[in-house]
Amino acid sequence: MTQTTVDAPSKDRAQIPARTLRKDRYWLSPLTTFIVFTAWVVYATVRSMMGSSFWVDKYHYLTPFYSPCVSKACPPEAADFGRFIPAHLPFFLPYALISLPFLLGFRLTCYYYRKAYYRAFWLTPQACAVPDKSPARKIPGAYSGETRLPLILQNTHRYFWAIAGLISIVNTWDAVKAFHGADGGFGMGLGTIILWINVIMLWGYTLSCHSCRHVMGGRLKSFSKHPVRYWLWTQISKLNTRHGQFALITLFTLALTDAYVALVAHGAFSDLRIFN
Amino acid sequence: MGYKAKFRVWRGDGGEGELKDYTVEVNEGEVVLDAIHRLQATEAPDLAVRWNCKAGKCGSCSAEVNGRPRLMCMTRMSTFEEDETVTVTPMRTFPVIRDLVTDVSYNYEKAREVPSFDGGDVKPGEFRMQQVDVERSQEFRKCIECFLCNNTCHVIRDHEENKEHFAGPRFLMRVAELEMHPADVADRRQIAQDDFGLGYCNITKCCTDVCPEHIKITDNALIPMKERVVGRRYDPLVWLGSKIGVVKRGKETPKA
Amino acid sequence: MTEIERLQYDVVVIGAGGAGLRAAIEARLQGKKTAIISKSLFGKAHTVMAEGGAAAAMGNVNANDNWQVHFRDTMRGGKFLNNWRMAELHAKEAPDRIWELEAWGAIFDRTKEGKISQRNFGGHQYPRLAHVGDRTGLELIRTCQQKIVSLQQEDYREFGDYDAKLRVFAETTVTRLLKDAEGKICGVFAYIRETGKFVVIETPAVVLATGGIGKSFKVTSNSWEYTGDGHALALLAGASLINMEVVQFHPTGMVWPPSVKGILVTESVRGDGGVLKNSDGKRFMFDYVPDVFKDQYATTEEEGDRWYEDADNNRRPPELLPRDEVARAINSEVKAGRGSPHGGVFLDIASRLKPEQVIKRLPSMHHQFKELADVDITAEPMEVGPTCHYVMGGVEVDPDTAAALIPGLFAAGEVSGGMHGSNRLGGNSLSDLLVFGRRAGEGAAEYASEVTVTVPESEVEAAMAEALAPYDREGGENPYAVHQELQQTMNDLVGIIRREEELEQAIEALGKLRERVANVSVQGGRGYHPGWHLALDLRNMVLVSECVAKAALERQESRGGHTRDDYPAMSPEWRKVNLVCRLASEGADGFVELKRQEMEPMREDLIGLFEVDELKKYLTEGELPSEEN
Repeated sequence: MTQTTVDAPSKDRAQIPARTLRKDRYWLSPLTTFIVFTAWVVYATVRSMMGSSFWVDKYHYLTPFYSPCVSKACPPEAADFGRFIPAHLPFFLPYALISLPFLLGFRLTCYYYRKAYYRAFWLTPQACAVPDKSPARKIPGAYSGETRLPLILQNTHRYFWAIAGLISIVNTWDAVKAFHGADGGFGMGLGTIILWINVIMLWGYTLSCHSCRHVMGGRLKSFSKHPVRYWLWTQISKLNTRHGQFALITLFTLALTDAYVALVAHGAFSDLRIFN
Repeated sequence: MGYKAKFRVWRGDGGEGELKDYTVEVNEGEVVLDAIHRLQATEAPDLAVRWNCKAGKCGSCSAEVNGRPRLMCMTRMSTFEEDETVTVTPMRTFPVIRDLVTDVSYNYEKAREVPSFDGGDVKPGEFRMQQVDVERSQEFRKCIECFLCNNTCHVIRDHEENKEHFAGPRFLMRVAELEMHPADVADRRQIAQDDFGLGYCNITKCCTDVCPEHIKITDNALIPMKERVVGRRYDPLVWLGSKIGVVKRGKETPKA
Repeated sequence: MTEIERLQYDVVVIGAGGAGLRAAIEARLQGKKTAIISKSLFGKAHTVMAEGGAAAAMGNVNANDNWQVHFRDTMRGGKFLNNWRMAELHAKEAPDRIWELEAWGAIFDRTKEGKISQRNFGGHQYPRLAHVGDRTGLELIRTCQQKIVSLQQEDYREFGDYDAKLRVFAETTVTRLLKDAEGKICGVFAYIRETGKFVVIETPAVVLATGGIGKSFKVTSNSWEYTGDGHALALLAGASLINMEVVQFHPTGMVWPPSVKGILVTESVRGDGGVLKNSDGKRFMFDYVPDVFKDQYATTEEEGDRWYEDADNNRRPPELLPRDEVARAINSEVKAGRGSPHGGVFLDIASRLKPEQVIKRLPSMHHQFKELADVDITAEPMEVGPTCHYVMGGVEVDPDTAAALIPGLFAAGEVSGGMHGSNRLGGNSLSDLLVFGRRAGEGAAEYASEVTVTVPESEVEAAMAEALAPYDREGGENPYAVHQELQQTMNDLVGIIRREEELEQAIEALGKLRERVANVSVQGGRGYHPGWHLALDLRNMVLVSECVAKAALERQESRGGHTRDDYPAMSPEWRKVNLVCRLASEGADGFVELKRQEMEPMREDLIGLFEVDELKKYLTEGELPSEEN
């Protein structure tokens, strides 16, 4: 007979020597993420440990990296929420000890950041349809995703979100306070505007969070029985499609706000005043 | 109008094979699948390719074009330069049967493990559901089962051993669809984590990227599902609530 | 000798589209061990292409709707060539079949009261189509698929094996129905595409649910699977086909770009306000309303437009005439030189609805044009033209049990004939699949309880020799070339408008093609060999094409999906006639013969549903109800 074997051939994946046949610059995006995130972390670490140039007394500008300022080392005008942390702590403990760890946790467990750093730092995977490059790839069974410690802790995101919401209120208070003129009355400068842009973006980031979307209405089975929560869910869902954008924008606005306050506080230049 | 396009197509079976070069005529408005069909009708009558509707509705012609998971019928030739070599390979995550055809039985096995819709005691014709309540599940039911999401997911693409305890985006989305179905009374949150491997997903969004139906798999199915699982298993407040009787817990549905 | 796998089942369903899956579900629910044989993967069937919806008189949107109205619409649409009993069963049972789907997990679009929403469609008096956006077919397939999975899960709990009572043979093709010495069906012969391995399944009852014949035509909305397998298998087993000449050309297929030529643009585009215009920008359909429909359609654009808002007090626009009328109108416009650049006409929704409304109501159309043709339908009109879509003719069956004339053979869905008369209404197909799929499954299960069979070895040997023949021939023709020629022949000579000389030419050409089909050869291995698969499918396509051409030549009138240039009128005398196609003589390969068969008169209570004036358009004097009634 002319035909060849009819038994099922052994089942294997197609052997293709090339790691990937993608021709585009798929490595560009994770590389950019890597550089931007690393630079930001270095900047933020240095700034929050510096312990200086965080408060412009004349206009009541407080950088978000020191908010709420709860160390005994904070100037009293900058510390509306009390000063209960000893002034002489080891250098790596920031003045905003009660907020920064939670903000860090909020961003570390954020669904957008997870995607970004799993791709850019863990390389699991670096890009779609490009083989996972983590060391775990070589050991069968070593990839466990978010099923074990420490990554199982990603599931605490909603608590970090709730705390981040409280901190956003504090940041909003800081921005309100920044309407402070040189004579002690109402005033407004470029710094005020920068603080407000930052806080609005922070709210955008916090409210567009996936956990927020779940808590507000996503967890419901029936929307029609809860019209208010459905409305909230709808609005948050719209914001949620931009969650990644908010995450990146707030990185820039945070750094920019901090740098502006630091430079003004340091006396590198004076604040551009619009009113008083 | 027409031009000669350069193609490299993976030919072989049982895993062994190679990329073979072909030159094939391509006309205005054609897609990769047209070129593959022209190859069949001329140079390579035994070139195996799976296809059906040729309109992006059945999800049969899944393959990888220039290394990216795609439906061949939805990949227009006009997206390539005329002198560019177009490389077509079978999906990498599944065993190859021959040429561009892969054995996708993994997907059908996983489909059988997801507990089916459970409408409770409601009789046919008596279901009453509002449009706003069904829209979330309807989005997921647009799925044409091309399995490109499962193909691109690194959890199984790069770690064959995970196939046993990971159902892939397609079937995690199926679980989400049923969980959000307003008339479904089962609770699949526990098995989503334990049996279908939701925790393996690290939300790197490649499933969403490749979906030809543009379903927001990650944002609308996987993450909400993860949040629901948190509510069931990892939320201390919910746990406390259930202990003191404020939160009522239904029955768990076991794997089918 | 090549190894053959042998299996036994109570019921074998060939085809895994809507009808096949529904039949299999029913047979399994009746306790039968059931096999489903599918040429494609499970869940890929052509049913997924159905867009508009499933017609069922649930009365959710307009409470005036009921089965009688649906029955009347179906008969009118089919121009009274329908098997009236099938139309009756269909209209009565469709709502239950839809509700049942919902209980299996289907999620239809909703009305404000939370019921299943229903939309307007061509030929339906009231909004009647249960739908999910414009992907209703996918919903139907997926729901049936998931119901099957749920039955398999039940079996797994009971027997520890998902496949214990219901097994899907994906990517498997049946090439022959096997018969025993008494002439009963006793099994099927199939090959597994993946390996080329043969399977014989011994079974007393076979349900054909193989769909249509579109792949015999060049411009078609049908996928490669639509090679008329079920029609041919039935013929070869000695069953009969009726009215094969009536083939529906869907009026709106895409005409550009060439790679998607033929692919459907759903009728819902028109149901939701889309209008047809020629190159002069004129809404030409107002010129093409035939006399039988004069009273039901708007005569001015203003009235037609009002209908979308207030359907109770206005007549519908003529864009929503039955498909055959619209297809012919488009054909005439193009012939008169008023067509679009690529030989179609313009279908315009962009100037009628806001972009977001278009995307909301017609998401998959928007997607299809955007991705396949790079056309944004919210901004510019589509170019559309007729495409071969559906065959109304098919296996002659008993309406109540779906049994064909051969003991043990059943048929449901597009492969069966009669239900839709000479023209199928949009939306009646999906409900047809469910209603008669269920009846066929039930009929087959009942029959299988009473009959036992054994497969004679000679039948298996003959079937295997036939399947292997293309490998044994050397230097024969390339099957792809023969297929292309067949498609061209059918498109040019047995297309939408037919003529005596052309049909005679077609029959002659088909005779020659049959000889060439018998001589195609393939080389290589048998595992997933598309050339070999096509070589085997060609036999079916030529056989069925011959039936279509011969019946088209015989029927000297124009009715629905059969338009004769030389006999443009509809004739009440011909209405009474079914054309029955059979294999010419026992054992002979090929040649089919045609017989006229008188149609059974309609039951009195059903005839009473129509006004006598309307009946006069269709029936002969003698068939009309007597005046005193």
